[in-house]
Amino acid sequence: MISQFFILSSKGDPLIYKDFRGDSGGRDVAELFYRKLTGLPGDESPVVMVTTGGGGHHDDRHFIHIRHSGLYLVATTSENISPFSLLELLSRLATLLGDYCGSLGEATISRNVALVYELLDEVLDYGYVQTTSTEMLRNFIQTEAVVSKPFSLFDLSSVGLFGAETQQSKVAPSSAASRPVLSSRSDQSQKNEVFLDVVERLSVLIASNGSLLKVDVQGEIRLKSFLPSGSEMRIGLTEEFCVGKSELRGYGPGIRVDEVSFHSSVHLDEFESHRILRLQPPHGELTVMRYQLSDDLPSPLPFRLFPSVHWDRGSGRLQVYLKLRCDLPPKSQALNVRLHLPLPRGVVSLSQELSSPEQKAELGEGALRWDLPRVQGGSQLSGLFQMDVPGLPGPPGQGPSTSAPPLGLGPASLSFELPRHTCSGLQVRFLRLAFRPCGNANPHKWVRHLSHSDAYVIRI
Amino acid sequence: MPYLGSEDEVKELKKALCNPHIQADRLRYRNVIQRVIRHMTQGSDMSGVFMEMVKASATIDIVQKKLVYLYMCTYAPLKPDLALLAINTLCKDCSDPNPMVRGLALRSMCSLRMSKLDQWGQAEVLNFLLRYQPRSEEELFDILNLLDSFLKSSSPGVVMGATKLFLILAKNFPHVQTDVLMQVKGTLLAACSSESRELCFAALCHVRQVLHSLPGHFSSHYKKFFCSYSEPHYIKLQKVEVLCELVNDENVQQVLEELRGYCTDVSADFAQAAIFAIGSIARTYTDQCVQILTELLGLRQEHITTVVVQTFRDLVWLCPQCTEAVCQALPGCEESIQDSEGKQALIWLLGVHGKRIPNAPYVLEDFVENVKSETFPAVKMELLTALLRLFLSRPAECQDMLGRLLYYCIEEEKDMAVRDRGLFYYRLLLAGIDEVKRILRSPQSDPSLRLLEDQAERPVNSWASDFNTLVPVYGKARWATISKCQRVERHGPELPNTASFATSGPLIPEENKERVQELPDSRALMLVPNHQLTAECFEKTWLSLKVAHQQVFPWQGAVHPDTLQMALQVVNIQTIAMNRAGAQPWKAYLSAQDDTGCLFLTELLLEPENLQMQISVKQNKARTETLNSFISVLETVIGTIGDIKS
Repeated sequence: MISQFFILSSKGDPLIYKDFRGDSGGRDVAELFYRKLTGLPGDESPVVMVTTGGGGHHDDRHFIHIRHSGLYLVATTSENISPFSLLELLSRLATLLGDYCGSLGEATISRNVALVYELLDEVLDYGYVQTTSTEMLRNFIQTEAVVSKPFSLFDLSSVGLFGAETQQSKVAPSSAASRPVLSSRSDQSQKNEVFLDVVERLSVLIASNGSLLKVDVQGEIRLKSFLPSGSEMRIGLTEEFCVGKSELRGYGPGIRVDEVSFHSSVHLDEFESHRILRLQPPHGELTVMRYQLSDDLPSPLPFRLFPSVHWDRGSGRLQVYLKLRCDLPPKSQALNVRLHLPLPRGVVSLSQELSSPEQKAELGEGALRWDLPRVQGGSQLSGLFQMDVPGLPGPPGQGPSTSAPPLGLGPASLSFELPRHTCSGLQVRFLRLAFRPCGNANPHKWVRHLSHSDAYVIRI
Repeated sequence: MPYLGSEDEVKELKKALCNPHIQADRLRYRNVIQRVIRHMTQGSDMSGVFMEMVKASATIDIVQKKLVYLYMCTYAPLKPDLALLAINTLCKDCSDPNPMVRGLALRSMCSLRMSKLDQWGQAEVLNFLLRYQPRSEEELFDILNLLDSFLKSSSPGVVMGATKLFLILAKNFPHVQTDVLMQVKGTLLAACSSESRELCFAALCHVRQVLHSLPGHFSSHYKKFFCSYSEPHYIKLQKVEVLCELVNDENVQQVLEELRGYCTDVSADFAQAAIFAIGSIARTYTDQCVQILTELLGLRQEHITTVVVQTFRDLVWLCPQCTEAVCQALPGCEESIQDSEGKQALIWLLGVHGKRIPNAPYVLEDFVENVKSETFPAVKMELLTALLRLFLSRPAECQDMLGRLLYYCIEEEKDMAVRDRGLFYYRLLLAGIDEVKRILRSPQSDPSLRLLEDQAERPVNSWASDFNTLVPVYGKARWATISKCQRVERHGPELPNTASFATSGPLIPEENKERVQELPDSRALMLVPNHQLTAECFEKTWLSLKVAHQQVFPWQGAVHPDTLQMALQVVNIQTIAMNRAGAQPWKAYLSAQDDTGCLFLTELLLEPENLQMQISVKQNKARTETLNSFISVLETVIGTIGDIKS
């Protein structure tokens, strides 16, 4: 049960404020929250915070918030409630607002204030959740979303992913996918579209001798549907797909994951036999399936790094030679690759020799940043970096050595995106819609695959 | 998984059910329906004929009606939308003149179980069920079996709600609790690597909670708790804590290697947290950790060295076997320590273990030389003690500078505490060197302290009621200080029999229950009015008893002793002694007696910077029920007074 809900911009301006129970202070809580958040000492978590009111016992208020698309979605409550449910509700609200307003952001929220209030009214009653299903809510919502510019098919040329929030948020949200689920009846006919994304987050740890310490893939199949409600769809996954360590399918290596969970609306009667998911998706966004895979990857890792460090203790000269090999298939490529290498304190200068002109390297915040906008599968890139580190002591108990890296150097971490590639090997074979003779044109179907790095760490 | 070989059967039955000739013949119609039921009983999937069966329910034949209702109740969960069609017939039957038909319809309607509740509804219901107390063991396990599917829900909120319910219902069955925690391990781990940072944080806090009782629970998944560069600070700190707690013989090497990487992080806070973490692992895996810590000293970075030295200080106290290694690592550290905590730790180490550190006197001499410019009084105090200790083992090298330090502290120092300490040591030296040795040569380590500190493996029941609430997210200590709403904490470790209080009693609404707890039970506790105890008598009794209960109440602002005294008098608690307003720390001693002659002696301690009032209660007869009532009376008073003030 929540008392208030509000949305703040990243600068702390209140965009939306709603009091559900009238049992607490007033509007200034939003400001209070922002003040508390910015004044928080570094070691304290901002997830839950408390204020003690001046009045009686029951004036204590807990703030629980999530950060989403640069906004703070905050709920307050005076009860000791389940943090899981509340955080889930906030994420669900973020998705809902995104569905109804097209996308979630400061501009869209302030353009659609009326719609947001209407939604909140239906979703929560006296602080209790009524429903969060997009489908149910469609019956009650009257306001239409205000979209900044009319939707045009030309935008489809730059289709990105709607859901994947990579670290740099470099995947531009597609304007095709970021439109409201509810829109004027007139142009309903052209909006028969469905987007299906397979997104995988990869976290990897490689030891300094090159051995693999940890691989973890978190995958999701996300669906955003603009089809008329109630239309059934079938999603066919790779037939070799198997769950758990023991199961084996077909000959070949198989596509294996450790654990799978499905959205409750997915029918699995054809899953065992043909790896087909059947569902009637509601309007809007939905995570159809989540899966994870650890330790045992079917394909080679996308990147290997071969560092060599030469360090002359006497002159304080540090030379780092990095060779980056991309082990993707030759047709694939990695985008927005960035290598981040923490350096010993006191590094003063950098000179570099890079293997191609589009690369860039610079020093910042005690680390070396090496940007490679595009790396083709099978290719190999290198960079030679020379730095001066005056007054850096060596590892104790050893004489001046040229091979042992100085303390404070590394580990290197890589971030990147791999379009049209899944690390687990899982693919969507087909996406079939039940035939509906409504006179509409054939619905557009977009199936996309993407992997991106969550943490890709290589010890030096 | 439905049995798939029955498709032809279903088709044939469907045809038969639709056949108007059969429908006209009551006996044949009933026969076909009986065949459907037979297949259903054998486990075939008969949901395909649901429509036809619903139609068949509109009959005057009671036997047929009963058969159809049996069928509907079985398949309604699979076809919730079609089951709605049956409602119409059922409603009509409810107004049938035949009472048997009415009863049948009503019963069937009640057993149409439709999984209509969405995840929010489920979470609410699971929370509501916490108030139910099963009447028998059998009922308990029935409930657990019914709710088992919620442990596998795709919503973490539902899974955690179900987990809590299981943990609390199965409070007398530790193996069931362990099983449940095993089952939800996957969900918790998935939440720990969730894309939502906030959810991830909440999950990590709960993982720590589970680890308190089952230290090995997540050990094989230690890699999931490695930090990544891009994670926010608060998640990294939680992960480091988790790593410390799940370390075992198999993963210690990998965990330490990972932690060592964090020690050189750009963020000084995170680096220091990692060093402290290595320090706490060092209590079990001493040699490996001391080696890593020693290597870190080689970096000569201020923020690292100071924390490593503090870790060493704690370590030699708990694990004396590492003293030699620590003593070898210390020389040179003094150059890169600037802060008070680090200096104190170093000086303490040099004083206590200076015998084994060749250059100890010269390092201390530097500190003595610069004592005038030293800004922290605590460092000067530590220096006095350390130098006197070192003087006992290496008199020749220390005598001169000890004299200089004492002279400075007595003649020039402005801080009274330091001056007093100096004077004290001076007089102690006058009493003879044997006397000094007797007083200063305290033990150099105390491994037994570790047992007290660790408090390993708390029972699941001690935190089950906090699971899936904000308590683990805040951390227990912070929760205790911030939560004014929290009524008296009845489930401290010393009172295990009352741990279930919050969930006992069938379905008392939450608010009322709180009020019930709040009111002191007059039968259990009756404090005698005009109870008088002399200060001497109080002191004697106080010193002879052990603390029966200790607790912290939130408190803001200054104390007004008069108001408090008056308020306490109203509830028949006598004030023995009290500091005047504004004293820091502020203390008060209270006494009360109940009608059975049981004495309650209380100490109030207020440290304004902590915003909390600490109470310690002693009792001359060990009776937990009355103690609890007494504490709740006390809390009501303190809570009320505290509110007026703030």
